[in-house]
Amino acid sequence: MSDAVRLYLADGAYLIAGIFFILCLKGLSSPQSSRRGIFLGELGMFIAVVATLLNKEIVSYEFIIAGLIIGAGIGTAISLRIPMTKMPERIAFSHAFGGLATALVGVSEYYNHGVHLAPFKMGAVGFEAFLGFLTFTGSIMAYGKLQGVISGAPITFKGQNYVNIGLFLAVFGVIVFLIVSPGQAPAFYAVCGAGLALGVMAVLPIGGADMPVVISLLNSYAGLAACATGFAIDSPVLIIAGALDGSSGILWSLMMSKAMNRSFANVLFGAFGTQIDPGAAPVGGASKPFNEATVDDAAQVLMASQSVIVVPGYGMAVSQAQHVVRDLATALEKRGVQVRYAIHPVAGRMPGHMNVLLAEANVSYDHLFDLDDINDDFARTDAVLIVGANDVVNPAAKTDPASPIYGMPVFNVELSRSIIVLKRSMNAGFSGVENELFFLPNTMMVLGDAKKTLLGLVAAMKDGH
Amino acid sequence: MSGHDLFLGFYIFALASFVGYQVIGKVPALLHTPLMSGTNAISGISLVGSLVAAGSNHAMASKLMGFVAVICATINVVGGFMITDRMLRMFKKRGPGGDDK
Repeated sequence: MSDAVRLYLADGAYLIAGIFFILCLKGLSSPQSSRRGIFLGELGMFIAVVATLLNKEIVSYEFIIAGLIIGAGIGTAISLRIPMTKMPERIAFSHAFGGLATALVGVSEYYNHGVHLAPFKMGAVGFEAFLGFLTFTGSIMAYGKLQGVISGAPITFKGQNYVNIGLFLAVFGVIVFLIVSPGQAPAFYAVCGAGLALGVMAVLPIGGADMPVVISLLNSYAGLAACATGFAIDSPVLIIAGALDGSSGILWSLMMSKAMNRSFANVLFGAFGTQIDPGAAPVGGASKPFNEATVDDAAQVLMASQSVIVVPGYGMAVSQAQHVVRDLATALEKRGVQVRYAIHPVAGRMPGHMNVLLAEANVSYDHLFDLDDINDDFARTDAVLIVGANDVVNPAAKTDPASPIYGMPVFNVELSRSIIVLKRSMNAGFSGVENELFFLPNTMMVLGDAKKTLLGLVAAMKDGH
Repeated sequence: MSGHDLFLGFYIFALASFVGYQVIGKVPALLHTPLMSGTNAISGISLVGSLVAAGSNHAMASKLMGFVAVICATINVVGGFMITDRMLRMFKKRGPGGDDK
């Protein structure tokens, strides 16, 4: 094969791969077409890899083959074993791998060509390494916060935001300097170090409850790093894939910030969760009277209902209760009760997480409803069952301008005839905000482990008539 | 890369970003987690750069970095697509009453 033919073949293959990636994402617009979409994505990736192996710059294959085998082995093992409840952690972890991969490609590019890099390429390589390392450490921090290895509470110091912004600007300055004089290796490695440091410092001040936004943002950074790689090695397919990834991350970040009624900047720089007034709301002690109910009371209410809406939250994932929730729904449906699920955009630790868990538990996806689609139905619903959700059902978001979550769109659960809350204790939720809902006259609090309570409810359904 | 190529690159970037924004905006909230792990797998395309770094005729240090990068990117590509498919297989539509599978 002549070099020219080889080049045309490779370029054609990359073009097809790029188109397949777009079709892959398009397939995800409905559950029916989604698996075909993913197949096209896999096909695109395969074509791109084969085309790359034809590249005449590649002279030895031992590292390539070993790397592909090891990577495929680890990737397969992780994806087969990881429980669905750990999906946010897995995503954070894979962003770390993605960031490291691009960063290393950037460093090796600089290491090989250094002084001889053309100005534009130098800039691209600089951003590639910087964004790659930033994504790497940022994702590890996010993973640590999700896992609870690092405190989920925002860690802040005075002037932190100024330090971060200053460091960002300094990096841009140094990259410009490198474009002018690419031979300055220390400057390049300083950019790499700054990326590593900024990844840690940018995620530290963000609270655990805001991790979905951070993960989305890291998704964006990983995409931009891939784009920069595309510029560095003249590969349009990398620019396309990176841009798809980058725009999806930005879209999510904005969407979730909106779902929490906070500006994007506030999530990034606000260190939400630190401003809890220690004088307010004695946490732990129930200061006001509330209706504590037994499992049997709750079962009676559910059995007497015609329509029930389940509102799942992160608590459901923590106690792995999705399967029991589904058993309960099945038992109710057998009694002729209509059961639907209301899923808030920020329920759980990443967008769509609750949907995946319920799908895993064999819940039909046409029973899962978004905030906007179901919120008007609560007023016509007999009973709401809240499983481990708190802030997304807090009426203070609508009524109390002093509340930290004021303005966040929440479910109108208090409009339904009766509300059953499954909760570990009367402690305030993740954000530390007191929830008036728990003290309403039509609310029944069933305290204890959600999974145990649900098992009790299922048993009560079988006994009851 | 010449200045002209650079602008061509930015054209591609801008157009792909718009396409991405439009296409992804149409994905229902139901599938946001699979979408995120799917885009994650796609961004593993940086594997292409890693392969060149690992297999080219450069210094050992550079090849080793490429080797590690190939491992990391392959984990994302293979793992990302597999887990996305594993999730999507679970999304099923059933009649009322939720017949057992």
